[in-house]
Amino acid sequence: MTTTTTPSAPTASSASTAAQARSRRASRLKSLRRLPGHIGVGILLLLVIYPMVWILLGSFKSKDEFLSEPFWSLPSSWNLDNYVSAFVDGGLGTYIRNSVVAVFPSLLIIIVIGVAAAFALEILVWKGRGAVLLMFLAGIMVPAQMILLPLFTVYFKTGLSNSMWPLVITYVAIGLPLTVFMLATYMRSIPREVFEAATIDGANIFRMFWSIAVPLTRNAIFTVALVQFFFLWNDLLIALTFVTKADLRTIQVGLLNFTGQYGAVDYGPLFAGISVSVFGTFLLYLFLNKKIMAGLTAGSVKG
Amino acid sequence: MDSVFKDRRAALLMIAPALLVYTLVMIVPIFWSIGYTTLDGNAITGFEFVGLDNYTHFFQDPAAIDALWFTVRYAVLLTVLQVGCGYGLALLYVFYLRHKASWVRTVLFFPVVLPTVAVALMFSKFFQAAPTDGPVNTIITALGGSSVDWLGASSSAFWIIILMDLWRSMGFYAVLLYAGLVDIPAEVLESGRIDGASGLTLVRRIVIPLSLPVLLSSVIFSINGTLKVFDTIVALTNGGPGSATTPLTLYMFRTSFAYGEYGYGSTIAMMLTLLCLLVTVFIFRSMRRDVTKG
Repeated sequence: MTTTTTPSAPTASSASTAAQARSRRASRLKSLRRLPGHIGVGILLLLVIYPMVWILLGSFKSKDEFLSEPFWSLPSSWNLDNYVSAFVDGGLGTYIRNSVVAVFPSLLIIIVIGVAAAFALEILVWKGRGAVLLMFLAGIMVPAQMILLPLFTVYFKTGLSNSMWPLVITYVAIGLPLTVFMLATYMRSIPREVFEAATIDGANIFRMFWSIAVPLTRNAIFTVALVQFFFLWNDLLIALTFVTKADLRTIQVGLLNFTGQYGAVDYGPLFAGISVSVFGTFLLYLFLNKKIMAGLTAGSVKG
Repeated sequence: MDSVFKDRRAALLMIAPALLVYTLVMIVPIFWSIGYTTLDGNAITGFEFVGLDNYTHFFQDPAAIDALWFTVRYAVLLTVLQVGCGYGLALLYVFYLRHKASWVRTVLFFPVVLPTVAVALMFSKFFQAAPTDGPVNTIITALGGSSVDWLGASSSAFWIIILMDLWRSMGFYAVLLYAGLVDIPAEVLESGRIDGASGLTLVRRIVIPLSLPVLLSSVIFSINGTLKVFDTIVALTNGGPGSATTPLTLYMFRTSFAYGEYGYGSTIAMMLTLLCLLVTVFIFRSMRRDVTKG
């Protein structure tokens, strides 16, 4: 994907000015012919980027500017009033904290028990491992709606409903199938000889796990964690079902209820909230886009 | 040497946590839900055994049939569009932009990682009609038209949902399919060109047949995702206007948690699961037959 061929150097002997002019004209003609395509790509990029820019600009506008200025106008000042309002009155900070509290512990548990399971399924040899892998695989296809009601009943009866536990427990279970499956695929790609050599050197199973399997799949583990992070962070269904108290809302549920908290035309804080959500993700994407793209596409082809 | 790998105690120790959580929180609830489908009532009022009544009710319930029909329509249309547009983009990447523009791929991929709720709120503001016009309606009125209540009418609301999902997923499918296209050996394309195939013929006769496996998995992935659509619709239209854009997932959610009908709610979830299974098997078999024929 990243291999680029260097253009062949022009032959030194025929470096006359006439030839250069001709080739320059030819290349100009060629780029002219490619112009419609370039415009098409430009429009496409604009369609993807513009709505987000509009939200960002809107997040700095005052209520009056929304009503009286056209949508393409720039905000008159770059003050952070809307952001302050979103965090202080809107509780955006609480929502983000709740999301962090629910997502990161889940992520940690998913990865720790998922890596161990993938190792047991792919490297170790025991009866029934094929069936267990298949069972995990089947979980990828079943819609979450199939597990909501029994879990809701259990969480309600055990009194867990008013905490973050329902989210953490459900996230771990929902994240496991894809994690185990993807990690098993990566483990399979480690040459078996590596482990066999380790046994000759006297390593036991746990040593092999810690000193060979985990370091060799470190990149893959990170990628899978990244994929799961997006799934959990962006989740609405589970959070909407199991969060019954307003101050336990995750960012997605909180943002969904944001509109109701302000007047119908007080868009500023809402725009600020969307902006935080969009550009927070953007920051992550800016640094990790290669890994994110690879992870998400791998997670789908195999899933 | 093999005996080290056949350490049953170690295997058990490593698989147990994941297997335990997965069994308790996924497998058991699934069968529990299947059990619910034969009951009427909920956990607070108590249950009554009704046999298969919930299933017969499903097929006689106009709201359920509407939700089913909406789900199928949405899933088929969006799958065709997102895999189609994604494939178009992938062809553009491979044959037009070449490897010069990996940043174009990266930019167009970005929307898929955005939180659905944020995107939906953004779109609803973008297409807003009341109390003030959003950008789209402002442009329409500036061009002399009158502002349209996009999300207020059922047919336009449907298209806004499709448009938004396309906006989100197009770049993702492009990268997915791009990976399949770059795997086509250059010599195959070259020999096709030498034989006189060009442009569309080359695409139709060589590129599409060779990328059929990736297309197949994209279609299956897409249909499985779109049949389960929830976030997009809850955040954009909340099933409205009326119940015009209510898919099975949302209907199940309402039935279960707003009306407390656990038995019927589970039945709707069960029908959705069967639908996913059926469609996947169907596509898999029909596509496979095509491959062997072609």
